[in-house]
Amino acid sequence: MKTAFIITAAQAIQQTILANENTLEALDREIGDGDHFINMKRGASNIVDMQAELAGLSPDAALNKIGMKLLSTIGGASGPLLASFFMSMAKVLKENGDESTLKIAAAFAAGVQAIIQRGKASVGEKTMLDVLVPVSNQFVLLATQNCDTKLICATLIKVAEEGMQSTKNLIATKGRAAGLGERAIGHIDPGAKSCQLMIEAVCKQVLENESR
Amino acid sequence: MKKFINKTDDILKESLTGFATAHQDLVQLKLEPHFLTRKNKAQNKVAIISGGGSGHEPLHAGYIGYGMLDAACPGHVFTSPTPDQMLAAAESVHADKGILFIVKNYAGDVMNFEMAAEMLPFEHTTVLTSDDCAVINSTYTTGRRGVAGTVIVEKCVGSLAETGASLQACKALGDKVNTRTASIGVALTSCTVPAAGRPTFDISDSELEMGVGIHGEPGRRREQMREADAIVHDMVEAILADFKARNLSTQNQECLLLVNGFGATPLMELYLLYNTANQLFSQHGVLITRSLVGNYTTALDMAGASITLCLLDDEITAHWDSPVHTAALRWGK
Repeated sequence: MKTAFIITAAQAIQQTILANENTLEALDREIGDGDHFINMKRGASNIVDMQAELAGLSPDAALNKIGMKLLSTIGGASGPLLASFFMSMAKVLKENGDESTLKIAAAFAAGVQAIIQRGKASVGEKTMLDVLVPVSNQFVLLATQNCDTKLICATLIKVAEEGMQSTKNLIATKGRAAGLGERAIGHIDPGAKSCQLMIEAVCKQVLENESR
Repeated sequence: MKKFINKTDDILKESLTGFATAHQDLVQLKLEPHFLTRKNKAQNKVAIISGGGSGHEPLHAGYIGYGMLDAACPGHVFTSPTPDQMLAAAESVHADKGILFIVKNYAGDVMNFEMAAEMLPFEHTTVLTSDDCAVINSTYTTGRRGVAGTVIVEKCVGSLAETGASLQACKALGDKVNTRTASIGVALTSCTVPAAGRPTFDISDSELEMGVGIHGEPGRRREQMREADAIVHDMVEAILADFKARNLSTQNQECLLLVNGFGATPLMELYLLYNTANQLFSQHGVLITRSLVGNYTTALDMAGASITLCLLDDEITAHWDSPVHTAALRWGK
């Protein structure tokens, strides 16, 4: 993994967040408090704005810096959760290196584990974890099997989409929608949606780089 | 949306600057990261720090001053503050007896304060407020939300801290007040988050939202609008049922009754609600001996109100009655 890729991935994430303003706002108005898009937009623009600073860093240092920045700019629940993800991913990359897909998958899994610990949530509670956990599991599995990058990215995009859709019929037991009980059924979780969008954007970026 | 705004991104900074200038005898404001402290740093006491998303004014900055908070950390509208704010505030007000965070039980607030606490180089502990009894089924939730009862917790803990009490004693009183407090809110209209530009939820003129949270997040039930007495009746019943379910007797119990406006309901209506609530609680054998009516924990421009009942004892009553000098609560000094 190269720091230059992290920067282009951040730009791709910002683009997809901005392009989905209406979707994210509508989802959060339905079962949340309407601030998810604003917070994600603020987080993404802060990261893109620091690209010059990131460019000179190693990938793990860049991811750690991204985590620290998100922690101090997003707020809400998304801030600490996403910050925990990037900081833990950075830590594992620093310790184990980043020269293979499997090492990157393991670092990604460590990041997801950090979200689980910070949010004290698990799969099936109508949160971002309904996207991240299946994606993480699949990522590690495919990387262990030495699958090629194209197959991994295509699969992860699909798994993220399925995970996001799965939140529609769940009762929320964590997060802001938890007070709604059964009224949350029928609505996709906004955090799951933004995670799906980010995974899709990063995977497409990888595919684009591959085809070059 | 029709609001007094210059630029949406500047609302928070401009409002905080106005607050700090208007109350410069009481508070001072630091920006980047944003936090407010008492004008004169208190010595030899536990430092009480609260914070949360903006839009609930006067919570929390309005309660900075003698007998209540030492500092407050305001986040963006309805978004919890970030750990760097809490760390900077703690650094500023720490006075050798530790830091007590008072945090409303919302996932974002809890996580941001938790991360701040993990990085804090001082002795510290946290009181989580969870007075909202509208969230009925705790099996399916992260627990009850912290709402207007937070003001009572901040007042009592703040009072105790002025006596030089230990961090553990302050924490114990905060937990006790929280346990003995129950609230429920009702919304008649939505609120509008400035950056979103449109109402958070749709509600018709003939509907109300029972059990609404202080961010306009939906409650448990959408109901038909009806006369005030009938609405208050259901709120009072919900509060009494909550205490009963937790084995806390309200019979012949001296209580504090707080009727809190959400921002767009006139005081005239709040006193009308208080009148009914006071009568209904009294009919159930509750002795209302302390009262507070007004906009103390708001939800931007939402029309609606919450009712909070706190079961008093000698200790809580003494700390409620003690002198306080803040922008939003002031008596006895």
